[in-house]
Amino acid sequence: MSALLQVEGLSVQFPTLRGDVAALEDLSFEMREGETVALVGESGSGKSTAALALSRLIPESTGCIISGRVVFEGRNLLGLPLHELREVRGRRIGMIFQDPMMALNPVFTIGWQLAEPLRKHFGLSNRAARDRAVELLGHVAIAAPEQRIDQYPHNLSGGMRQRVMIAMALACRPSLLIADEPTTALDVTVQAQVLSLIKTLKDELGTAVLLITHDLGVVWEIAQRVIVMYAGRKVEEGTAAHVFDDPQHPYARELLRAAAFASGEGGRLPEIPGSVPSPFEIPSGCCFAPRCTSAREICYAALPPLKSTKHGHEAACVLVGAASP
Amino acid sequence: MPAKLWFVLKRVLQVVPVVLAIAALNFLLLHLAPGDAADIIAAQSGGASPEFVAELRRSFGLDRPLYQQFLVYIARLLTFDLGWSNVQQRPVFDLIADRVPATLLLMMTGITLALIFGTLLGILAAMRHRRWTDSVVSVLALLAYATPQFWLGLMLIVLFSITFGILPSGGMMTIGAVMSAGARALDIARHLLLPTLTLGLFYMAIYARLMRSSMLEVYTHEYITTARAKGLSEARVGLVHAASNALLPVVTLAGVQIGHLLGGSILVETVFGWPGLGRLVFDALLQRDLNLLLGILFVSSVVVVLINLAVDLLYGFLDPRIVHK
Amino acid sequence: MTALTDFWRKYRRNHTAVFGLLMLIVVLIAATIGPIIYPADPFDMVGRPASPPSARFVLGTDVSGRDMLAGLLHGARVSLLIGFLASLGATLVGLIVGAIAGYYGRAVDTILMRCTDFFLTIPSFILAIVIIAIFRPSVATVTIAIAAVSWPQVARLARAEFIAHRDREYVLACRALGMSDFEIITRQILPNALPSLLVVSSLLVATSILTESGLSFLGLSDPNVISWGYMVGVGRTVLRGAWWMPAIPGIAILLTVLCINLVGEGLNEALNPRLQRR
Repeated sequence: MSALLQVEGLSVQFPTLRGDVAALEDLSFEMREGETVALVGESGSGKSTAALALSRLIPESTGCIISGRVVFEGRNLLGLPLHELREVRGRRIGMIFQDPMMALNPVFTIGWQLAEPLRKHFGLSNRAARDRAVELLGHVAIAAPEQRIDQYPHNLSGGMRQRVMIAMALACRPSLLIADEPTTALDVTVQAQVLSLIKTLKDELGTAVLLITHDLGVVWEIAQRVIVMYAGRKVEEGTAAHVFDDPQHPYARELLRAAAFASGEGGRLPEIPGSVPSPFEIPSGCCFAPRCTSAREICYAALPPLKSTKHGHEAACVLVGAASP
Repeated sequence: MPAKLWFVLKRVLQVVPVVLAIAALNFLLLHLAPGDAADIIAAQSGGASPEFVAELRRSFGLDRPLYQQFLVYIARLLTFDLGWSNVQQRPVFDLIADRVPATLLLMMTGITLALIFGTLLGILAAMRHRRWTDSVVSVLALLAYATPQFWLGLMLIVLFSITFGILPSGGMMTIGAVMSAGARALDIARHLLLPTLTLGLFYMAIYARLMRSSMLEVYTHEYITTARAKGLSEARVGLVHAASNALLPVVTLAGVQIGHLLGGSILVETVFGWPGLGRLVFDALLQRDLNLLLGILFVSSVVVVLINLAVDLLYGFLDPRIVHK
Repeated sequence: MTALTDFWRKYRRNHTAVFGLLMLIVVLIAATIGPIIYPADPFDMVGRPASPPSARFVLGTDVSGRDMLAGLLHGARVSLLIGFLASLGATLVGLIVGAIAGYYGRAVDTILMRCTDFFLTIPSFILAIVIIAIFRPSVATVTIAIAAVSWPQVARLARAEFIAHRDREYVLACRALGMSDFEIITRQILPNALPSLLVVSSLLVATSILTESGLSFLGLSDPNVISWGYMVGVGRTVLRGAWWMPAIPGIAILLTVLCINLVGEGLNEALNPRLQRR
């Protein structure tokens, strides 16, 4: 079965006063229908840039340059004329963002905003779209949807707002849902609810989910495959089981050690010495080498290519395949 | 809607102390003027003996202590007695009441024109940011903002009345001719055109620039990206999602500028001989009619207060968050 | 000195602002040196009334035969003088009121702001007219009247700035060191508030010039000086025959106000850089 989404060499450059900055460099991956893939990394790793770049949602005013190919349902989104792209957005690809208070328009009711993609993509009348919106609100477990539908975003709690966003993104039953840090801005108790909601809905609708997050706990809950990003590049990719059990890239290993600590093993918080390189000073060779405990001379010389171990598990490190330390 | 009712009531009650303060200021100014009513009358009748002037003073109550005079003044105001114009030999209130409708017509038409075209131009400039449309609008706005209104009126008269002869050069209607109501309305509209344009152009420039910068700021908000992610057209994103949020500061500003607009109408009415309050000010200046001037100051201040109140209430209904504060 | 060169570098990037500055310098030179080089008295009736521009009178004569060019040059002095002084006065008063209200807050703030808002309610142009009418028109009364109706907007801005700064850590640190309120206000917070105030003040010069020209158009100018607005008002009577008479002084007003606005906006961009710049 052909892939739902094929990303090939996706790169995003931003012009700044101090020169051009590569926020994302040469990202390639595939997604099949119904699959859940997590894009993991710290802030500045390029993961959010990638999410926005897929359907060209980065504002033109930033002057960004996107190169590569994004083949979705057989068509390269990066080459599509805008009016065709707009048919894909909302209809075939749904998107939810981190902060639902900022991501919802404050001066329109949630019902009106929810109904908008229905009116646009399906040509539903106001009445029909509104009824469908009430249904959708019920579907994302919002109580008393007939009253809520005429309320404004500020009338709702954070968790409810995020549910509305999910309902809005899934309103047209898209085949791909891109979720950019969907739980980060929520309280811990609400996070679990929203996550389980996403799981339920994606199973029900068969939607593929591209989940952007820095929280490995979330990845473990919901993702089938994991892509680890660092300084704008993919450094590891594999099934969640493979990456969590046997991480190949030193950075991924450190991330998992820190996550294991967070789940209560005690002892000292493992730190990764150094910090993420500034986008103006990306080192040649492996980006992680300056902080890597296993770095060799060759790591500084050239960018390590992606090497696979088992089926589908690859990492950009010269030590892939060697015995783990 | 108890919250909204309380909001309305609170705003209305806040008006009372302001009107009292305006009356106090008027009273103060009246007494700062060298000479009082008795002196004026004495001067008009060609000089009089000191005893006669003293007797006049007593009859006017001008020899009583100041606070008593102030109370009398307030009492008179409550009965709409604004004093007597010695020059025109009529009650000040009557003179003003005759002229208020014409000024209100001019002001309302002017600000409506300025708001509608100003915001549309501002939206256009923002949506065509960094393209030549934006530059043209910005330059025209800069020019209009620097143009003295009285001069603009004169130049428009030269162009349209004198050179082209297509519009009347003054007055509110063609006198002498007998017309049907419809024809009369059209006649007034023809006379209204140039004055409205003169009055409104300055504010059109202000609103265009404010709307433009407001739109540019709103475009950085997350819900704009959400709207695009839903697949909405760029026109809809700009005209519906962005403009509705960008409009609020412009409406606020328009409300605050009513007082300024009244000042502008003085110049415009003088240039075009428009029979309104502004023209009355000019006449009062020529005739040194201080009572009339102060009466106009009072009435125009109260008008501003009432219009501010109306705008406040309107603002409360436009932005659903205001009422709840 | 580096702060100044730094500022100039930023200012220089805005081409329209530089253009405005050049134009303003031209106007200033015309105003200061003009009447010295061209010493004709603008009130002297020296030519045939309403004669168009000619070799002898570069800009023609007005209704009473007065030299238009002389009027223009002398008028420049009056307009600029009143504009700058009124703006200065409004800025000083507004700054004091706003600083006290913003810094001390609570009751003082409420009282001062009620006053300020009250003055904002009264139509400023009418109030200025009334003040000048009561105290008789002169350069002094016109300047004071314009300042008296313009200070509230400066006060609001100053208050906002002082509110923003009064709870900042450096202010708390100064208080902990035992600095007096006066010192904190004048030597600590004020330099931070200065950029915004400078911008508002310069834009106020432009509006003051517009207001002054409007007042003199209505006849409320000092009878001893020629002002641009007065020239337009006088020229109004011959609109049909000699339209250039009211046109020329009006263009002078327009250009002067325009270049001051450009400079003011250039100052704004140089002093208050926005975060989003390409």
